[in-house]
Amino acid sequence: MSVRVHDLAGGYTAEVITGVAFDLEPGTICAVLGPNGGGKTTLFRALLGELPLRRGTVSLPARPAYVPQTDRTRLDFPVSALDVVLMGAYGRTPAWRRVARADRDAARATLERVGLGDRARRRFGALSGGQRQRVLIARALLQDSPVILLDEPLSGVDAASATRIEALFGELRDEGRVLLVATHDVEQARRWDRVVCLHGRQIAFGPPDETLTTDVLTRTYGGELVVLPGGERAIAVEHHRH
Amino acid sequence: MLGWLLDPFSGPLMQRALAEVIVVALACGPLGVWVLLYRQSYAAESISHAMLPGLVVAALAGAPLLLGATGGVLVAAAAIALAGRDERLGGDVGVAVAISALFGLGALLALSPDVPARLGELLFGDLLGVTGGDVAQAGALAAGVVAALALAHRRLALSAFDRAAAPSLGARPARWELALLALLAVCTVAAVRGLGNLLVVALIIAPAAAALNLAPRLPAALALSALLAALAGVLGLLASYRLNIAAGAAVALAAVGLFLASLMRPATARPRRRPVRS
Repeated sequence: MSVRVHDLAGGYTAEVITGVAFDLEPGTICAVLGPNGGGKTTLFRALLGELPLRRGTVSLPARPAYVPQTDRTRLDFPVSALDVVLMGAYGRTPAWRRVARADRDAARATLERVGLGDRARRRFGALSGGQRQRVLIARALLQDSPVILLDEPLSGVDAASATRIEALFGELRDEGRVLLVATHDVEQARRWDRVVCLHGRQIAFGPPDETLTTDVLTRTYGGELVVLPGGERAIAVEHHRH
Repeated sequence: MLGWLLDPFSGPLMQRALAEVIVVALACGPLGVWVLLYRQSYAAESISHAMLPGLVVAALAGAPLLLGATGGVLVAAAAIALAGRDERLGGDVGVAVAISALFGLGALLALSPDVPARLGELLFGDLLGVTGGDVAQAGALAAGVVAALALAHRRLALSAFDRAAAPSLGARPARWELALLALLAVCTVAAVRGLGNLLVVALIIAPAAAALNLAPRLPAALALSALLAALAGVLGLLASYRLNIAAGAAVALAAVGLFLASLMRPATARPRRRPVRS
């Protein structure tokens, strides 16, 4: 079953994002591109049911799994990598029961899959940024949802982890899952199947080679876009809030 | 040596004090770990201070302190919630104003000539004066807190560890923050008869801070915190008996002493708090 968003507008007191519409078939990786404050995280919150819809409809095959930016987790929290992955099974485990043996086995297998089987007992906060990101992805995999939302999973990640994560994305696509990946990286978005460009509203949606034109990128990023000489590559400049 | 340690607890007075401080410690210890993980130490301090007017009113009316503490905590929670939401003040400023006002009101009432000469007992408790009924009340409340913490363990962990993803994993952080404050209020009420509304904070915060310094994982930190809080209770009562000092204050100082001792562990052996750069 596919992910369908029709004429979506959402926000608490005002419309933070508006005019979002796309269909994603099973086995699709879709980049969600836009500047800071452009509505990427807001779109995810709407898909997760955490943001009131002021207009439009969202149709999902199941509750999505969500992978936040790794710096939004608590690094001083006394949990191991395996403990964090097991959190993916908490939603289906009654409060008075232990996490099922099958889920514990699956958590270990998932850690192996992201290449961190030997780090299962390491404290989460002591892992590198890329390793932490892979643990959070493993947690989402344990939720076993056909739809996974990933908030900038490759930003600030070491090259080895980035390669591993991108390879994993390919495997998940082949399994028929839908991945929505928020990113600032235009070149990254070109490697995936679809792209949604947001700047408070939807600027464009479609296959990257047709959608990521200089015009669309300029309207998406405004002054935050740098087009390299020759006009073949465009880089979104990430402004950090202090 | 064994006699030196055990003799103080041969009389019923010290036995009841020991029972009171241990049942309270078994709830304060694990609760304190969650309070620290939620960064709510200020709320712990605030709730205990703000219940003073309720305690004084109970003393004036001749009502049970437990009743006064419960009323005081409810008023304090409402005042904190209202003040914290006022955007003109901002969260911490609003809470500070509400707490200072309530503590000042409590002190004003306590200076009334009609108040029995028990202000010290309200502020610092009276471990050696607890009755069997007090121990039973504290035990029931503490058991309720421990049971609630056990049932809420996973949701509390999700909400504290990863607030952004918690809803997608089955926990609403705002709801569990409120639940934690409610448990904090119940635990403070349970402990106030023995330790008073000022000293109870030490038994909630200090053992938990020590346990988080020493234990690498959450279940171990929760168990160790309960153990250290109980140990602080035993050491405090022993010091009180041998040095002839106030029991509640001795327990609080013992708890802080255990925290300071936890800092003496070599930094390399402590759980790592900083991530490795990628």
